[in-house]
Amino acid sequence: MMTSEHLISVEHLYRHYGPLQAVNNVSFDLKRGEVLGFLGPNGAGKSTTMQIITGNLAPSSGQIKICGLDLLDQPKEAKARIGYLPEQPPLYRELTVDEFLQFCARLNRIPRDKQTGALKQAKARCGLEAVGSRLINNLSKGYQQRVGIAQAIIHSPDIVVLDEPTVGLDPIQIREIRNLIRELGQEHGVILSTHILPEVQMTCDRVQIINRGQLVFSDNIDNLNQRMTARSLILGLENPPATDRLLAIHGVESVEPLGESRLRIKHAEGQSPAQTLAEAAINNQWGLMELTPETQTLEQIFVDITSTEYHQTTGEHTA
Amino acid sequence: MMILTLAQRELRSLFLSPLAWSILAIVQFILAYLFLSQLNEFIILQPQLKMIDNAPGATELIIAPLYGSAAFIMMMVIPLLTMRLISEERRNKSLALLLSAPVSMSEIIIGKFLGIMGFLLLMTALISIMPVALLTAGSIDLGLLSAMILGLVLLLAGFTALGLYMSTLTLQPTVAAVSTFGALLLLWIVDWAGDKVGHESASGLLSYLSMLRHFESLGKGVFNSSDIIYYLLFITVFIVLSIRRLDADRLQH
Repeated sequence: MMTSEHLISVEHLYRHYGPLQAVNNVSFDLKRGEVLGFLGPNGAGKSTTMQIITGNLAPSSGQIKICGLDLLDQPKEAKARIGYLPEQPPLYRELTVDEFLQFCARLNRIPRDKQTGALKQAKARCGLEAVGSRLINNLSKGYQQRVGIAQAIIHSPDIVVLDEPTVGLDPIQIREIRNLIRELGQEHGVILSTHILPEVQMTCDRVQIINRGQLVFSDNIDNLNQRMTARSLILGLENPPATDRLLAIHGVESVEPLGESRLRIKHAEGQSPAQTLAEAAINNQWGLMELTPETQTLEQIFVDITSTEYHQTTGEHTA
Repeated sequence: MMILTLAQRELRSLFLSPLAWSILAIVQFILAYLFLSQLNEFIILQPQLKMIDNAPGATELIIAPLYGSAAFIMMMVIPLLTMRLISEERRNKSLALLLSAPVSMSEIIIGKFLGIMGFLLLMTALISIMPVALLTAGSIDLGLLSAMILGLVLLLAGFTALGLYMSTLTLQPTVAAVSTFGALLLLWIVDWAGDKVGHESASGLLSYLSMLRHFESLGKGVFNSSDIIYYLLFITVFIVLSIRRLDADRLQH
């Protein structure tokens, strides 16, 4: 079972709340050693999907396999392999951090003799050593969030599901948590949902975008980075020539005036006409002021994908 | 094993709040006051009782009213203990911890039930110290005393099961408390109507439903298995309903 390549395989997942289709035919896999980022606007179905794969919600239809175990047929065995941090960390605020984590260790059936070790490790990983004997209620939001993460990883589950884990943390803590996620991603599989787009680029191996309950984009981060490479240049000229002359230059696909003698030059992927443009500008004394490649950010991709009515479902069943 | 872990956590959280301590103190104080006044009355009546053949003893005159009052007071107190069981976890979103852990719905519900029962057993033990203390001054009917303790424990377990179910129905602990109290009070007095209905089978049914009737017969020392079965059925029904209600959360939001 441990050698099973796919830690999670989700097939044709549906969930509706009355007439609202919260999750609509979502299928994906998670491999060991992979950090999968879930992106999507508010109410897109990220949290619902996460609640379903952790057994907090039942799907209307569809199949979920956790390490080869069917979540609906063998819930206990499957749940033992998942650690879950919901949007709001599930904490008993009247307990101290140690008491709470001790309870979580028992709840996750860690053998008695290994509980102390597991507790220590989880605390060390989340930077909680100093607050072990403090009441959770008296901790700051960031520390409460860390207790939530500690709770999710205390039984070193095969799969760690984190719903917006860096909300409410300060920048240093965010960096620590990101490192922790990367570290977890080495031996476990991690699913992460977030609103912070750079976080995805920093921590994830693969990105999935959910919009209106549907998986509209799924690709690994390298391909995504490639998608983000330049396909346009910003050209600033003091004496801009007629558009036709620019279009005549090899590689230029279109010219879009931006005002203040700046132009956007679109070109084919990977075939930047920068060199030719620079030469032409100098030879013809156009007065070159600026020539910068325009890179597409993840944000633009995200907005493009989630705001279009009509979207391609790239790689929904691949990967 | 898992049930005990959950029960222990419940009991621990209970004692970490001032609620459990104040309930223990106030109930104990009121019952001690009632016990002492009952004892005083018994001492005054004792010379007259000696002249009657087969007169009721200390157990009937002091201890039975004590357990009767305890049952009545607990009817008001138990809704306060059970109201937060599920509703508060739902509200604090801490239910996700239990739902994503490798435990079943039945374990969660039974664990919570037993956690409260642990508290109530402790309370019953504290109450029972008072009648047992009479042993230093004379003899009491230990058989009757144990029947009353058993009756009280079963009654409290029934209250708890109902309160737990009410707590699974709502997000608001106070709503759960009020509905539990209402339902318990109704079940307590349902046989009053039964006496007046006149119709034989209807009044039989209504008095069978009354939680008080079954408790009273145990309090008289009548150990009737139908009373025990009534309580066991009552507890089982509400625990099963609670499990189903909690499971339904997953299916329908």
